[in-house]
Amino acid sequence: MIWNETIECMERKDMRKLQEIRLKKTIERVYHNCEPYRKRMQEAGITPGDINSLEDITKLPFTSKKDLRDYYPFNLLSSPMSEIVRLHASSGTTGKPIVVGYTRNDLNIWNEVGARCFTAYGLGKNDVVQVSYGYGLFTGGLGAHGAVETIGGTVIPMSSGNTEKQIMLMHDFGAVALACTPSYALFLADILKESGIPREEFKLRVGAFGAEPWTEAMRIEIQEKLGIKAYDIYGLTEIIGPGVGYECECQNGTHLCEDHFYPEIIDPETGEVLPEGSMGELVFTTITKEGMPLVRFRTRDLTSLNYEKCSCGRTAVRMGRILGRSDDMLIIRGVNVFPSQVESVICEIPELEPHYMLIVDRINNLDIFEVQVEVKEDFYSDEMNRMLQLKKRIQHRLQGVLGINPDVKLVEPRSLERSQGKAKRVIDKRSFKS
Amino acid sequence: MLIKQLSIFLENKKGRFTEIAKILGAAGINMTAFTVAENSDFGILRLLVSDPEKARDILKEYRYAVTMTDVVCLQCPDEPGALGKAMEIITEAGIFIEYMYAFTSGKGALIVLRPDNLEKCVDVLSKNKLILLAASEFYKL
Repeated sequence: MIWNETIECMERKDMRKLQEIRLKKTIERVYHNCEPYRKRMQEAGITPGDINSLEDITKLPFTSKKDLRDYYPFNLLSSPMSEIVRLHASSGTTGKPIVVGYTRNDLNIWNEVGARCFTAYGLGKNDVVQVSYGYGLFTGGLGAHGAVETIGGTVIPMSSGNTEKQIMLMHDFGAVALACTPSYALFLADILKESGIPREEFKLRVGAFGAEPWTEAMRIEIQEKLGIKAYDIYGLTEIIGPGVGYECECQNGTHLCEDHFYPEIIDPETGEVLPEGSMGELVFTTITKEGMPLVRFRTRDLTSLNYEKCSCGRTAVRMGRILGRSDDMLIIRGVNVFPSQVESVICEIPELEPHYMLIVDRINNLDIFEVQVEVKEDFYSDEMNRMLQLKKRIQHRLQGVLGINPDVKLVEPRSLERSQGKAKRVIDKRSFKS
Repeated sequence: MLIKQLSIFLENKKGRFTEIAKILGAAGINMTAFTVAENSDFGILRLLVSDPEKARDILKEYRYAVTMTDVVCLQCPDEPGALGKAMEIITEAGIFIEYMYAFTSGKGALIVLRPDNLEKCVDVLSKNKLILLAASEFYKL
């Protein structure tokens, strides 16, 4: 099923025309309404009049995650606060989150792209969908929520956690679809099995999974364990949230909603746009948003784009699996974690040496996150209680800043690598390349 | 009356204790008693040796996290009820024991105590005519 056939199956040349018109309009908007963008364009010696085609986009400077932090909280808005009807935020590096403002129209766009996703998953007005993404500042919960309401489906606004109740309501309300992170889906699969309720009593047949990278192997496992079709839903808080892209029934790439979010693939080193089909860093320009349009936002996600028509009939460009990051950001249990965040916490705790090691692994499809730290010599105690209290305190501080709970491991003095130039601080044993 | 105990922080890794035993052995230091408090990822080895200062310095050279703690060593008859009596005295004096461990030697049962108030503990036990092993005697065990 296709929600918006006109757009999703549009001839490529027509799509480019549409993107061109919208890009020009967006550049006008940011130039006249957002000071940081105007200044940057002036510094680069360009005005909106210089942007006449899609190719001209390369004249424009990039926007980075750092810009969103630097202009915290509202300086990147291109609409007055009176027009902003919603704020969302994602975790930032130093405790300050990244804030995104939506106008009424932006929320409509979000619902529209979300509707394309859930329709592509084969869902409609007769279907009950359990949304088990977190509700709140995180875009996952409310994003999926709006999408399901838009297609006329019935939402169970479950949010994350409370696993037993998740299973109970999924059963009693007859949910046919589940929207959550892929690792939570696998966790639920195990709980569902333990519940002893026969599978045939559940109506579940579809899953919309995203907010963290996942592999084809994980898809197969989810599909087998839950007995459903598992689809990717792609999104970034900075761009809009879940709904930037979606998989169709072919499960062969993630279609991007490119009439709203114009994608480019660049060389992360040089910033040059790479030829069609190349692997590189994904960059988005939002070409319809009003509240906080972003121009050439560097996602840091490494992937490739495929412009061939899909066998589902859609012409919308398809993004391949995300194969990694061009920066040091880790996505752990769906949460963005920068090693620098851990470092800032560790340096604040007087009992600790400023050295650490992050070990990330995926065991039974759940992310394991261990932070190894060294205690300063004077602070070792022979009382187990004190050492455990220290460990707890570190854990608590890290959770406060990162938004996820790490396993803290106290290690022996001088057992962690000392920085000689660039020390290796992260061991990520997960592989997303399968 | 106070005896110096070494406490060594050890990760739960294969061979950590072996290394310590070998280092001390090579230095001619005898271990009199030890106990390990552990959880899932680390342990604290509490160790009584013939020459605590020397042992500490050597272990520090090997970059172990070593702390020195004062403990008392109660000598009590190796017979039923003896320990209960001693503990009753300690409890009634309002002293809390952080941890304790025991071993036997030619001098009968020896109980190593780490009370929250060392001075008071020594005082109470001496007043009640219980035998505390002197450091000089202890290191010769």
